Amino acid sequence: MQITSIDDLQKAKGTGLNQLYPDKPKILVGMATCGRAAGAQRVYDLLHKKAQQEHWDGVVEKTGCIGFCYKEPLVDAIFPGKPRITYGEVTPEIAGALWEELAAGRIPEKQIMARLDMDDMVLNGGPRKFFKGKLKGFLAKTPRYEDLDFFKLQRHIAMRNCGFIDPDNLLHYIARGGYFPLYTTLTTMTPEEVINVVTFAGLRGRGGGGFPTGVKWASCRKAQGWPKYVLCNADEGDPGAYMDRSLIEGDPHAILEGMLIGAYAIGSSEGYIYVRAEYPLAVKTLQRAILSAREAGLLGENIFGTGFNFDIKLNLGGGAFVCGESTALMASIEGKPGEPRAKYVHTVDKGLWNRPSNLNNVETWANVPVIIGKGADWYRDIGTEGSKGTKIFSLVGQVKNVGLVEVPMGVSIKDLVMQVGGGVPENREFKAIQIGGPSGGCIPKEHWDLPIDFDSLWDAGAIMGSGGMIVMDNSTCMVDVAKFFLDFLIDESCGKCIPCRLGLKRMREILEEFSAGKGSLADLDEMESLSEAVKDGSLCALGGSAPNPVLTTLRYFREEYEAHILQQKCPAAVCKELITYTINPELCNGCTACVAECPQDAITGDKKKPHSLDTSLCIKCGACFEVCKFGAVAVA
Amino acid sequence: MITFTINGKEVRGQDGWTILEVARWNGIEIPTLCHHGALEPYGACRLCVVEVNDGKRSRVVISCMYPIRPGIQVQTESPRVANVRRWIIQLLLDESPESPKIQELAKTFGVTPSRFKKAGVDFACHLCGLCVRACQEVVGVQVLTFGNRGLRKAITSPFNAASKECLGCGTCTYICPTGAMDQVFQRVKG
Ligand SMILES: Cc1cc2nc3c(=O)[nH]c(=O)nc-3n(C[C@H](O)[C@H](O)[C@H](O)COP(=O)(O)O)c2cc1C
Ligand code: SF4
Ligand code: SF4
Ligand code: SF4
Ligand code: FES
Ligand code: FES
Repeated sequence: MQITSIDDLQKAKGTGLNQLYPDKPKILVGMATCGRAAGAQRVYDLLHKKAQQEHWDGVVEKTGCIGFCYKEPLVDAIFPGKPRITYGEVTPEIAGALWEELAAGRIPEKQIMARLDMDDMVLNGGPRKFFKGKLKGFLAKTPRYEDLDFFKLQRHIAMRNCGFIDPDNLLHYIARGGYFPLYTTLTTMTPEEVINVVTFAGLRGRGGGGFPTGVKWASCRKAQGWPKYVLCNADEGDPGAYMDRSLIEGDPHAILEGMLIGAYAIGSSEGYIYVRAEYPLAVKTLQRAILSAREAGLLGENIFGTGFNFDIKLNLGGGAFVCGESTALMASIEGKPGEPRAKYVHTVDKGLWNRPSNLNNVETWANVPVIIGKGADWYRDIGTEGSKGTKIFSLVGQVKNVGLVEVPMGVSIKDLVMQVGGGVPENREFKAIQIGGPSGGCIPKEHWDLPIDFDSLWDAGAIMGSGGMIVMDNSTCMVDVAKFFLDFLIDESCGKCIPCRLGLKRMREILEEFSAGKGSLADLDEMESLSEAVKDGSLCALGGSAPNPVLTTLRYFREEYEAHILQQKCPAAVCKELITYTINPELCNGCTACVAECPQDAITGDKKKPHSLDTSLCIKCGACFEVCKFGAVAVA
Repeated sequence: MITFTINGKEVRGQDGWTILEVARWNGIEIPTLCHHGALEPYGACRLCVVEVNDGKRSRVVISCMYPIRPGIQVQTESPRVANVRRWIIQLLLDESPESPKIQELAKTFGVTPSRFKKAGVDFACHLCGLCVRACQEVVGVQVLTFGNRGLRKAITSPFNAASKECLGCGTCTYICPTGAMDQVFQRVKG
């Protein structure tokens, strides 16, 4: 289907809406990578097969990630005139039983997580209600999405289509208002107007630095040189972070449309998406989206008959973390080693192949169509003074609700962890949150009222980064945490410049001494001055921000460092050199469970009599501690 | 002509010059390791750092690549600069305590080996990349490359094998400040 006019677009929207909300039942399976990891493919195959075999008059469809990753696999049922129902933890076995009910036209109560009374649509001029009148029975008691602690504070703008549409279906995207902002842009706005709207909306880059997007576009528009390139950074190398992957897998056209609008504003006709090859589903989804946009005439020449041309190529990255850095990314697209270079001449002036280039992150691009579609004022209303809009975080670590969350900027750490995340698991206590990826910072409980926005995090010594958040409880040792992140960064350093290559190694060596109870208070000062040298001296922001985990733990948990150095104690009982395992004879009943576990034969004793542990043989593996059901093994 | 100051003294240079070029022209010493006037700057050793105040903010930059701009105030000995420089020399010295070039630097800046000092290597490669650039830019072939990354990064030839392209001209060994190239050269020239 060619889409070259507003009539075509309206027609596509009509068809799309009929597909999104047909007059028959529909079953949706969440099939992003995290859903697949939990078994969603088997669930989908089973439901799909059943529907075919039984000639079911309904639709089974895949969709992206709505964020409930801790309850996967997710299956949704949408019956005409009924709320949309979400079922969680639908294993293939449960899916079979669920099918029997749904196929018979019944909505079962088991495994229900939440209901949705209407589809907000974000872009499409007002919500679409799923039913009229009042709900009865268990449906009335089923919590709505917005009643769930996990969702209450959330607001899905970048993720607007994730979990609603089939990412491979262009018409679904158009049905929910997609490509209308592009039409508006190309037919009613000058490039300068587009830039002004994005600038006034206050959009800041979601890839880490928080640079004002409109300002970057304006510099690139002004830059001399041709052609100009519009680039999308989908390298996403932070361990545990998958916001960008999820956006691509759930709503690829949002990114393409964002880039199209950006290209028009900047004056570019060539785009690249740099995506890591280790994201096979994301790569495929993007390939299909680009193809279908091309077929429809939404990429290519003379888009909407306006004379505007733009096309996008995919570039698969080898997956090095440092290739996410802008100059390394551009070198990599050029086919050179993915190494950063000095940026004293900005990439907006001389970037890819020394031409003016504008690079933005996946999530940044996904916000752009909404800003055009809803207007800068609408967008400015969300978020804080200096940080507008929402941010997607991947919330992982010691929290009950692990998942992807999109919240307005300015939500406090406490609300994010305790409400959205559901708090830390029982019998544990929140200790700190690590924000901003490997080179972010650890923020302690005392500061958990801190609003999460670019500037507050910066002042606290952390960074927004791409949005990784790791919750830590009181079983975490902060010296150990600093070691963990430094190890990652040492591994990922490209090795070009000395402060990063050798400086991080030295920081790691000093930390190793601390965790063995060696070193002195003077070494803490040395550590700080070395951290400053690495920050100031490094070529790129990998080295420039790598000391953050050390500096923030030093800033907020200095007494923990001092306990290691001065008392040879690890308060969280993690650092092996500083802990001892002992058996408390009062609690030990001689069950011998630990004897079998101990690889060192360090534990001896008669059956049903208190055992003893020979500390000189013990290698502190903790096996006895884990296995003892009576709490008789103590660690200190 | 662009006018600015280095350590408070007014200096001038032409558009496109770097801070290092203007500093040297004016007899102001800035230590360097990976810089060579005949080669494209590479910006890896970071020894040539200076602090630049452009009226908005003060940053530590490398003088061998930073293009001069009107009115900037450059400090070559500020506390931040001295800290970066001291640590680079310290790290290099502990890594290759027997390297004559590094010993010389350490002496000039009063740095002594620390408790992390490695067993000495006198011909340790500092990955300055002069050999790679000389081979490519001066000789005009591309025999040498950087292999691996991070702590395992090393100078090598494609596939780590003897190269048919190598002319055996020895330019790399001539330009190498540490002597590390001699060994690689033996392997590469085949
Ligand atoms: C080591 C390193 C890794 C980075 N990785 C990414 C990444 O995976 N994705 C990303 O969007 N930005 C990454 N960045 C930030 C980019 O350099 C760049 O600032 C960003 O893509 C610009 O887009 P934005 O303005 O929309 O945020 C990284 C930066 C550094 C220093
Ligand atoms: S800071 Fe690290 S990653 Fe960046 S250029 Fe230097 S060595 Fe490479
Ligand atoms: S497992 Fe616990 S109770 Fe059993 S022998 Fe070991 S220390 Fe004693
Ligand atoms: S071999 Fe010599 S010239 Fe080449 S990078 Fe190493 S120290 Fe520099
Ligand atoms: S993929 Fe389904 S919630 Fe994450
Ligand atoms: S001399 Fe400038 S970075 Fe090496």
